[in-house]
Amino acid sequence: MSYLSTLTPAYAEIFLLVMTSLILIADLFVTHPSKTPTYLLVQLTLLGCALITVFTHEPGVIHIFNNQFVDDLMSDVLKLVSYLAVSMALVYSRRYLILRELFSGEFMVLTLFALLGMMVMISASHFITLYIGLELLSLSLYAMVALQRDSAIASESAMKYFILGALASGLLLYGMSMLYGATGTLEVTGIADAIRQGVDNKSLLAFGLVFVVAGLAFKLGAVPFHMWVPDVYHGAPTAMTMMIGSAPKLAAFAFVMRILVDGLQPLVVQWSGMLAILAILSMAVGNITAIAQTNLKRMLAYSTIAHMGFLLLGILSGGIDGYSSAMFYAVIYVLMSLGGFGMIMLLSREGFEADMLNDFKGLNQRSPWLAFIMLILMFSMAGVPPTAGFYAKLSVLQAAVGAGYTPLAVIAVLFSLIGAFYYLRIVKLMYFDAPETHVPISIQPDSGLLISINGLAVLVLGILPGTLISVCAVAVQKSLMLY
Amino acid sequence: MIFGFPLLSLSIWLPIIFGLLVLATGNDRNAPLARVVAVIGAILGFLVTIPLYLDFDKMTSAMQFVELSEWIPHFNVHYHLGVDGISVLFVILNSFFTPLVVIAGWKIIEKRVAQYLAGFLIMSGLVNGVFASLDAVLFYVFWEAMLIPMFIIIGVWGGPNRVYAAIKFFLYTFFGSVLMLIALLYLYVQSGGSFSILEYHRMPIPMTAQILIFIAFFMAFAVKVPMFPVHTWLPDAHVEAPTGGSVILAAIMLKVGAYGFIRFSMPIVPDASHYLAGWMIALSLIAVVYIGLVALTQTDMKKLVAYSSISHMGFVTLGFFIFNAYGMEGALVQMISHGFVSGALFLCIGVLYDRMHTRNIADYGGVASKMPMFSAFFVLFAMGNVGLPGTSGFVGEFMVIMGTVNVNFWYAFALASILIFGAAYTLWMVKRVVFGAVVNPHVEALTDITFREKLLLGILALTVLGMGLYPLPFTEIMHTSVNDLLVHVARSKL
Repeated sequence: MSYLSTLTPAYAEIFLLVMTSLILIADLFVTHPSKTPTYLLVQLTLLGCALITVFTHEPGVIHIFNNQFVDDLMSDVLKLVSYLAVSMALVYSRRYLILRELFSGEFMVLTLFALLGMMVMISASHFITLYIGLELLSLSLYAMVALQRDSAIASESAMKYFILGALASGLLLYGMSMLYGATGTLEVTGIADAIRQGVDNKSLLAFGLVFVVAGLAFKLGAVPFHMWVPDVYHGAPTAMTMMIGSAPKLAAFAFVMRILVDGLQPLVVQWSGMLAILAILSMAVGNITAIAQTNLKRMLAYSTIAHMGFLLLGILSGGIDGYSSAMFYAVIYVLMSLGGFGMIMLLSREGFEADMLNDFKGLNQRSPWLAFIMLILMFSMAGVPPTAGFYAKLSVLQAAVGAGYTPLAVIAVLFSLIGAFYYLRIVKLMYFDAPETHVPISIQPDSGLLISINGLAVLVLGILPGTLISVCAVAVQKSLMLY
Repeated sequence: MIFGFPLLSLSIWLPIIFGLLVLATGNDRNAPLARVVAVIGAILGFLVTIPLYLDFDKMTSAMQFVELSEWIPHFNVHYHLGVDGISVLFVILNSFFTPLVVIAGWKIIEKRVAQYLAGFLIMSGLVNGVFASLDAVLFYVFWEAMLIPMFIIIGVWGGPNRVYAAIKFFLYTFFGSVLMLIALLYLYVQSGGSFSILEYHRMPIPMTAQILIFIAFFMAFAVKVPMFPVHTWLPDAHVEAPTGGSVILAAIMLKVGAYGFIRFSMPIVPDASHYLAGWMIALSLIAVVYIGLVALTQTDMKKLVAYSSISHMGFVTLGFFIFNAYGMEGALVQMISHGFVSGALFLCIGVLYDRMHTRNIADYGGVASKMPMFSAFFVLFAMGNVGLPGTSGFVGEFMVIMGTVNVNFWYAFALASILIFGAAYTLWMVKRVVFGAVVNPHVEALTDITFREKLLLGILALTVLGMGLYPLPFTEIMHTSVNDLLVHVARSKL
């Protein structure tokens, strides 16, 4: 077997890297500010990645690069959703960024590098690979937030994001080094085996675990490591917020799966306790603080924190049900947040950000269709059937109750009840109030079509969620077969 | 299935599809078209439920017109529909009211007509789904989804304080429902992975779990009924909702909560139901007596009828939790009768409000001399609310009181007091509004009801009188199901 053919599972990553480098150069020759050729090339690259991922898929779990890289059904599904999310985010962002003169080649290249980072994270089975993926993703995002150089608030949030992100990376690395000291390996499966066989220095292991969990919580934005989320979401240009708030959550989910579920499975009792605290705090702080927000981006940031609490609840419930419910939750969450931020960008104009709650006043009178789509998205985030968000919550709660965490499930639904209030408020503003402005809403055909598909997908997945739930369950089952 | 048609699916999806069609007619330029499509959809929706009654087998308590197919295989969730002698009546009642509210909003609603009418059609389908679901997840989806159109209807077309009322309505009912969701998930896990309600009816559950499940269900259903002390959303919602919204709230939505008690609480956790029956009876009696007194002091007509609804629903929950055939059948008859009577009263208040733009009792007086036809209807429905023999209100109340006498004389005594309170607040309102001298020039300018209003009130008057004089068609269809339910509830599941 030739060396090249052993690389098959990583073809998508290799293709993406090559294309990104090509686009970086090719973009120099595109002078028109709308950057259409670059944009189309990026979309084609994403399509190419999707095709490669689909056609190089092989059943089972395949490790390459000396067990540094793993390819399984879960990673393929997560990558496909990531391509889709990035591609959608680009469609939503295009006009918004062109109007703000930010739709540059750098933006698109950074986006693709961020995607590459996510893919590496999703497929990593070694702490070093995980870390490289994470840093590639984070550094690209820091730079993206800072792209709007003349905006003080964007620069401030980029700085905050960078400093706190670097701190989190430090925590994570510190924890990883302790785990290495305790077990003598950095391989995910190797760590699990070593812990099972018994580790001499238990306190080193415990400290390592605590630092790793803290680092993960930082990246997920779980309370009490959430401080950066609202500021960054608020300060970054909406297109960048969308990039931070959508696909990276899938990578973060994979990250948690690889480190905690694959690598530290023998310590499940310890870390599920920590996750329980993080989950409850996230749901509490996220939902309660969101009520007080007047800025929609900030509100969505707190709502993200609350959603991450739910995701953690799924993971800590454990078992195929728990992990697949968390994965399903992550996928649905990405779909909803794309729609939410997409709507903000759709309603934005040149020199006007539709990111205040009051900007949604009377939307039903200005555009009934967009109001209806936003209604679906909001009810979905609140977890009201018949929308996809309901099944996401249902599957997580089902896993939690099944694992004997009924009190946690009760706490979770009570906080989601509080959450329902601020989502309802958006519906109230759109439907019950009179509009403050009658400026006509100009909708580009591509993003207009996409937001309709996005909203309807949330509704259709709420009526027929069976397939996606099964896909997540099978994906998790196949990738956990090692145990 | 009749002629191969899945009737229950039709009764759910036909109104919803027509609702979407109405939405598609777009803005108010096409309002006449929207009205026509809506009324066709509503009437078709009612027609498909008629075979449910005609072809119903009264001899069995098994589920009929069953439809079963896979929906979410991973969670073992099914699209499972079916009705027994209890739920079939509510499917028909609900479908019967939809054309009425569509016609009631014919001329009155002028802004965003399509959205208004579509809201009612979609809600009608969803409520039918609640009554016909035999799968817990399917039930929950319909149960929650019906909040959305009602929320919009109250919030967009309601009165001055509509936003407060709409959000209060949504959060109150959502609060109850999410706890029920946890109970359903617990049952799912305990049953080894089934969401079938009929499976839950059979499965044994230990006492502690039964009590917790009962409380969770109670939170969901008591809010909807509404029972004292979680009733406070109802007067707000009623007062602020447009006429059609009030009618559907009173006639249909309240019944959904009571239905939950007999489809979920009592058969799934019978031991806890017996154990906690004292509390339920106490809360019901408080609702009947205390809320009856509260109704006496109201100055707003809609609020008065809203409190009267809570008080009447107290009869219903009391009838359930005395566990005998008179009580339960009486309660069910009362639910249907209250649907007709309170729906009709809200329509009457709507008729007055459309002309005078006030619901204050003090602003009226001597309406009878200007609107004799209307006043005749109004007095008839008021008598129905009082429970006068010959009207439908009498049958249910009488049966519940008879059932209660068998259990405890003093319960029955307290219960019978409502007949006096009910008569007091209803007749006093009628006296102040309809009779006496014409009090002001606005009343002087009133015109009697139009053909459309005559049609609506006439149909309801016929049903109120018909049910009062000959209740057999209603009771005979539920008889077997009620008896088997009582036998089932009497058996311990520990």
